[in-house]
Amino acid sequence: MATQTSEQKSAGLDKNNKYDRQLRLWGDHGQSSLETAKVCLVNATATGTEILKNLILPGIGSFTIVDSQKVVGEDVGNNFFLTVDSVGKSRAQVATELLSELNEDVSGDFLEENVDDLLEKNPAFFTSFTTVIATHLPERTLLNLSKVLWEKNVPLLVCRCYGVIGYLRVVVREHTIIESHPDNSHEDLRLDRPFQGLKEYCDSLDLESMNKKDHSHTPWLVLIYKYLQFWQQENGERLPNNYKEKNALKELIKQGVRKNAEGVPEEEENFDEAIKNVNSSLHKTSVPSEVKALFSDPACLDLNIESKNFWVLMRALKEFTENEGNGQLPVRGVIPDMTADSERYIQLQSVYREQAAADATAVAEHVHALLHSIGRDEPLHPDKNRKPGTITDDEVKTFCRNSAFLTVVRCRSLEEEYCPETANLEELSRHVVEEEEEGSTEGDETVLYIMLRAADRFFSEYNHYPGAYDNTMEADIPRLKSCMNKLLHDWGFSSTIKDDYVQEMCRFGASELHTVSAFMGGVAAQEVIKILTGQFVPINNTFIYNAQKQNSTTLKL
Amino acid sequence: MEVEWPGRWNHLKKILERNGPFAHPDFEPSSENLSFVKDVCKILVIGAGGLGCELLKDLAYMGFRDIHVIDMDTIDVSNLNRQFLFRAKDVGKAKAEVASAFINARVPGCKVTPHFAKIQDFDESFYRGFHIVVCGLDSIIARRWINGMLISLLQYENGELDQSSLIPMVDGGTEGFKGNARVILPGVSACVECTLGFYPPQVNFPLCTIAHTPRLPEHCIEFVRILLWPKEEPFGAGKPIDGDDPQHIKWILQKSQERANEYNISGVNYRLTQGVVKRIMPAVASTNAVISAACATEVFKLATSCYVPLNNYMNFNDTSGVYTYTFQAEKLDDCLVCSLKPQTLTFTETDKLQDIISHLQESPSYQMKSPGITTCVDGKNKTLYMQTVKSIEVKTRDNLKKTLKELGLTTGQEVYVADVTTPVSLTFRLQLGSSMDNS
Repeated sequence: MATQTSEQKSAGLDKNNKYDRQLRLWGDHGQSSLETAKVCLVNATATGTEILKNLILPGIGSFTIVDSQKVVGEDVGNNFFLTVDSVGKSRAQVATELLSELNEDVSGDFLEENVDDLLEKNPAFFTSFTTVIATHLPERTLLNLSKVLWEKNVPLLVCRCYGVIGYLRVVVREHTIIESHPDNSHEDLRLDRPFQGLKEYCDSLDLESMNKKDHSHTPWLVLIYKYLQFWQQENGERLPNNYKEKNALKELIKQGVRKNAEGVPEEEENFDEAIKNVNSSLHKTSVPSEVKALFSDPACLDLNIESKNFWVLMRALKEFTENEGNGQLPVRGVIPDMTADSERYIQLQSVYREQAAADATAVAEHVHALLHSIGRDEPLHPDKNRKPGTITDDEVKTFCRNSAFLTVVRCRSLEEEYCPETANLEELSRHVVEEEEEGSTEGDETVLYIMLRAADRFFSEYNHYPGAYDNTMEADIPRLKSCMNKLLHDWGFSSTIKDDYVQEMCRFGASELHTVSAFMGGVAAQEVIKILTGQFVPINNTFIYNAQKQNSTTLKL
Repeated sequence: MEVEWPGRWNHLKKILERNGPFAHPDFEPSSENLSFVKDVCKILVIGAGGLGCELLKDLAYMGFRDIHVIDMDTIDVSNLNRQFLFRAKDVGKAKAEVASAFINARVPGCKVTPHFAKIQDFDESFYRGFHIVVCGLDSIIARRWINGMLISLLQYENGELDQSSLIPMVDGGTEGFKGNARVILPGVSACVECTLGFYPPQVNFPLCTIAHTPRLPEHCIEFVRILLWPKEEPFGAGKPIDGDDPQHIKWILQKSQERANEYNISGVNYRLTQGVVKRIMPAVASTNAVISAACATEVFKLATSCYVPLNNYMNFNDTSGVYTYTFQAEKLDDCLVCSLKPQTLTFTETDKLQDIISHLQESPSYQMKSPGITTCVDGKNKTLYMQTVKSIEVKTRDNLKKTLKELGLTTGQEVYVADVTTPVSLTFRLQLGSSMDNS
C-alpha cells in the first residue's frame, strides 16, 4: 500500500472515507489514475448512463456525453438518468445534469452533436479523451469512430443491450498491466534454489540443539529447507518429483518431531504445516511462459526514445534474468504467515525482503542504462517534477514484485473483425459447428453475436431494427434470416442458424431492458476501470451476456 | 407528475406481449403480464445498501410499483462510492427511508414503502403478503433467518406442497470483484441451509499468536482490539469499540504501532487498522450493479414467466476478464430447514449438554451462533440452556456440565433449539447410545 504524506492525509480524509471500500482494491495510486481520467460517452442510452454511473461513483476525473438526440418517452421508460419532464430536451444535457449529482468531485460536460458530423469536422475531439465508450451506434459510424481512436491508441469500449443479450467489445491496441492481482498464485519461496541469504539464515539455525519452544516455533519454510537437504543426501540435489518421493520427504519431516520422555511425539504445529506445504512449496522456480513471451516481444527488443516505461522495465527485467538472476525473475520478497515466534518470522521475512530489494536495485541499474541508451536519462535526484519518461525506483520495485504476473493485452481492431477477409473465422465457425453437432436448442453466445451482427445488417438495409414495430414483425423474420445467411455466406460458411434465434431476435425488437443495461453497465464500467488504472486484466475482446440463462462467454473476434 | 406517457413501457412490452421460441413453456403473451407487474405484484427488498439501492432502481424500471424495503442501517460516508441513492447530506439518515424517497420521486407511479427496522421485527403475516422476496444482504445470519421464515410459511397438504404458499427468494451477494446471484424456491430447490458450505465460517487468528507471537500487522491490531482495549478501557469503563469513531481507531492504531515496533513488524496504518477492527469487505459500484441486475432480471422472470428462471446459482468474477459460472446447487435430502425430515442428534448418555451445544455451533451443517435448548418433560416445557437471556443463562449454566443422563434425557426425547439463524425453533430427536456402544 502506498504511503501518504501528512499533507495528503489531512486534505484527503473525506475522499479516504468516501472511497475507502474501493481503495482497498486498487489502492491510492489506482484511485489517482481514475481521478485524472477523462471519459467520453457516445449516446446517453440506458446502457450508456448505467456505465457512466459506475464510473462517476468511484470518482473518474471528468466525463463528456456526446448525443444529438432529444429525449423521447421510450427513453424515460428505461433510463434512470432521464425524467418525464425532460421529453423533447437534449438527451446529452439532461443525462449530464442528473449524472453529475452522483459525485461532486466529478465534472460533467455534454455536446449535443451528431457523431458522424463530429468525426468529419473535428476527429481530434475524440482522441483528447483517456477512453471513449460508445453505445448503440450504427455499424458505419462505429467503424469510423473506431478507426480514429485506433490510430491514436485511445481505448474504445463498445457496449449494447438488445433484448436479453448484452454485448461488450474492448478495442485497445496495446494495454500493459503490471498489477494484475491474480486470484491465486504460487508463492515465490525459492526452496528449490535457495539464494545465498536464505541459505545462510537456514544454516545458522540448528534444530538439534534448540530448546523445546524454539523447536516447535521454527518456521516451516526452514524445516522444509533442512529436511530437503537430508532427503537430497540420499537422492542427489534435486526436488522430490513424484508422489512417492514427496511422501518420503514428508515422512522424514514427521520423524523430526520431538518426542517426550515416553517416546510419544509432541504436538508441533510447525511440523504439521511443513508436511502440509511440501506439495505446494516444492516446485521448480521458473519464468512463466507468458512473461518469457514478452521478453521476445518486438516492443521489448526494439527500445527507442518513445518506448513505454513498461517496455523499458520489461527489457531491464529480461537483462536481469539473463544475468544477475541466473535465469530467474527477481525474488518477490513476500512470505505467507506461518507458525513461528515473532523474531525468527521477521528475520526470515527480512531475508526475502532484502533479496527482493537487491534484485530490484539490479533491475534499476539496467533501467538506468537502458534509459541512457535511448536518450531518456534519469535525473540524479528524482523529485516530484520528474521529467516524463523517467522511471522511479518505486516503479521498479512494483514492477519486480509483480514480475511473474505481467500481462499485455492486444486486441484486434474493429476493422479486422468486420472485414470478412480478416474476421476470426476459427472463433466464429467453431461455435457454429458445435451448435449444429450437438443439436442443442440452448442459445450459444457466439450465435447471439452473429444475430447481433445480422440485426445491424438488417438496420443498414431497412433503417429499422427487426421487430421494432408490431406491424412489421411478420415481414421482418424472413428478412432477418436473409441478412443472417448473407453474413454467414460472407464468412464462407455453408451452415445456418436455427430459425428460433431469428424469431427471438425479432421478439426483442431492439428493446433495451433496464436490468440488462444495468448488468452490462457494471461489466463495462469495470473494464474501463481496469484500463484506466492499469490494474486487473480486461477482456480480449468481446463479452456476450445472455440474461435468459444468466451465462456469458468471452470471444476473441 | 405524469404517471403514464407514450412509449414508457415499449421496451418491456416487446418481451411481455410477444411470444418467442425461448420463452417459458407456460408463458402467454398478453398485456396482462405488464398489468400484473405494475398493479398486483408485491415485492420485498431486504437491504437498502450496495445491492439494495440498485435493486430498487432495477425493479422500478422493470415495472414493479409496489415495493417494500427493510433496512436497519443509517448512511455512512463510506457508502457513497456505490450506494447511489444517497448524497453527502444524507449521512446519518435511515437508508430505507432515503432510498425509498429517491425512487418515489424519480420514478412516476412507483411506491416504495420503507421500513427502518430489522427483519426480525416482522412476523409471518407480514412476509406472507409478498409475491417475491429479494435479498441484498451482507449478513449470513440474516439470510438464514429470512430463508427459514419463507420455508416456515410453506403449507403442505397430505405431503404435497401447496404452491400458493411458496414465496420465491432471490438472493445476491458481493465482495470486491466477486459476486453471486441465486434463485431459491423454498421447499423445491436448494435453500440457504442446503448450501451452508458456500459461506465458509469466519477464520480468526489464534489467541496465542495474538498474545505471544505476533508476525503480521493484523496480529498487532487484533491484540489491541481483543486484549488491550478491555484492559485499558481508554474511553471509559465498559465502552465498546466504535469502528466509525476516528478517536477509537486512532487509539487502536497508536497502540498497534507500538506493539508492531516492539516486534519489528511493518505495515500497520490507519486503513488496515479500521479494516481489521470493522472487518471491512472491499466493495465497488460495478459488482453491485451486476449482481443486483441479475437478481432483478430473475424477479422479472418469476413474476411474468417470460423466461425460465435461473436454476439456480450464478457466480460472477471480473478480476481477470469477466467470468460467470451457472450451476444447479443441490437441495439436501436431509436439510435441517427445508427437508421436513426429523433431525437426529446422536450422543451418548455420558456426553454433556455442552457437547450438544458445541456440536450445533461447530457442525458445518448447523453453524449456529448461540443455540438455546428446551425440551418437554411430563407435558411441561423445561429450558435446558439459554444464552441469550442473562437471567436464564445464570439459572441454566450448571446444566452445561451435566451429562445427558443426569438431565434425564433419553432416546427419542425431542429437544427444541432456538438460534439467531432461524426464526422458528428447530426440533431434534435424541438418539442416545450408552458410552460403551461408541467405544
